Amino acid sequence: MAGLSTRHLLGIKDLNVSDLQLIFETADNFKTVLNRPIKKVPSLRDVTIANIFFENSTRTRLSFELAEKRLSADVVNFAASSSSVSKGETLIDTVNNILAMKVDMVVMRHPYAGAATFLSKHVKAQIVNAGDGAHEHPTQALLDAFSIRERYGDVAGKKVVIVGDILHSRVALSNILCLKQLGAEVMVCGPTTLIPKYIGALGVKVEHDLIKALNWCDVANMLRIQLERQDIKYFPSLREYTMLYGLNKQILDSLDKEITVMHPGPINRGVEITSDVADSKQSIILDQVENGVAIRMAVLYLLAGQTP
Amino acid sequence: MQNLTLLDGQKFQITIQRLCRQLIENHNDFSQSVLIGIQPRGIYLAKRVAEELRKILPGHTIEQGDLDITFYRDDFRRRESPLVPNQTKIDFIIEGKKVIMMDDVLWTGRTIRAAMDAMLAFGRPERVELLTLVDRRYSRHIPVAADYVGIEVDSIASQRVVVSWKETDGEDKIVLLSEAK
Repeated sequence: MAGLSTRHLLGIKDLNVSDLQLIFETADNFKTVLNRPIKKVPSLRDVTIANIFFENSTRTRLSFELAEKRLSADVVNFAASSSSVSKGETLIDTVNNILAMKVDMVVMRHPYAGAATFLSKHVKAQIVNAGDGAHEHPTQALLDAFSIRERYGDVAGKKVVIVGDILHSRVALSNILCLKQLGAEVMVCGPTTLIPKYIGALGVKVEHDLIKALNWCDVANMLRIQLERQDIKYFPSLREYTMLYGLNKQILDSLDKEITVMHPGPINRGVEITSDVADSKQSIILDQVENGVAIRMAVLYLLAGQTP
Repeated sequence: MQNLTLLDGQKFQITIQRLCRQLIENHNDFSQSVLIGIQPRGIYLAKRVAEELRKILPGHTIEQGDLDITFYRDDFRRRESPLVPNQTKIDFIIEGKKVIMMDDVLWTGRTIRAAMDAMLAFGRPERVELLTLVDRRYSRHIPVAADYVGIEVDSIASQRVVVSWKETDGEDKIVLLSEAK
């Protein structure tokens, strides 16, 4: 069987259906490894990976680091806030200096869209995009689709609604591309100001009424309102947003079917989702986090396995 | 391609039965022993041996599992693309047990080296033994020897030994394939 069709993981856009299936099947195996008494395999023994984060992160960074360690890779961590970037060093210089210390792969998060693609064209290492601005967050989309597949057996034919700040969300774009490829139906839901005008071109439905959207779907992926990316006011107040687009237990119980609730984290409890929903049986938020490690192990394993 | 059949039909069956009897000599009723087949081809051997043992020892539980060694191989990053893993299925505890690892063909010994690592992730067995249907002699890259051997074969590196199974390939057979000159 062939490997991945790409040398870097820059976005879901570069992956085809057999890549996605290969990643899922490999992740299935890593998930069983993670449930063993000894959770470590020696596959990436001779591989060094640098995690370069120009933006804050808890889950993604810990998840990547754990995945790397479970694969026995050597790991170096780099946070831009405490580095020479603040002294004026450019991105390529920073990364090339890291690579001069014999690093094979770079996992990078950056506030600007396209940063990972840019880097992949200018440095020799393999690049894994851990989120670039409002563009893509491929491993999040993979773990979301993997979690849906785990819950329902298959992604094809499932109806998924992505609720919230679609405009600023890299999770939304990667999720749409990934779910569409796997044959799911996708809808986006949110206030008009937070939905890009031409999003329909991606083949998704648009809905502004949360109740209608929830009655249509099997899975609701509730996004966080990214106040740090909003330079102007997109809605009058957070309280009004919560009243119109927040998911609470009453709404969940009033639906005629049991839907699955997802959230990429970090949760703003009481804004896009209330605590009783986040902690309910219908929520698979913590499964998503668990699957994140297996998915990242699969991606790193499949990329690193390509002959250097 | 020239094919030379090394073993088939009734002789194949007799060899399997001999291996089972040899196992019983050392493991009695298998209450403290487990069989582990190495993915992908060793699992058929392990299943067959377990089946025969159950016939010989009715009423006894014979534990048998499948072990995938993909993540433990030593040729990672030396192939075009990484190998796709198979399923590992070990539903029992190996801690303190006598483990009999099984693979259809023992050649360089590298698979067995990887299998030892993979198996130890499940615990510390009391003792580990190796059973192989075909031992390709004088071709080891690392010092590995089998405790139970079906047949021994002298072959050169360019030749291949293929074991077919009734369950998946329609026929029990061991064939030596050589490139035509």
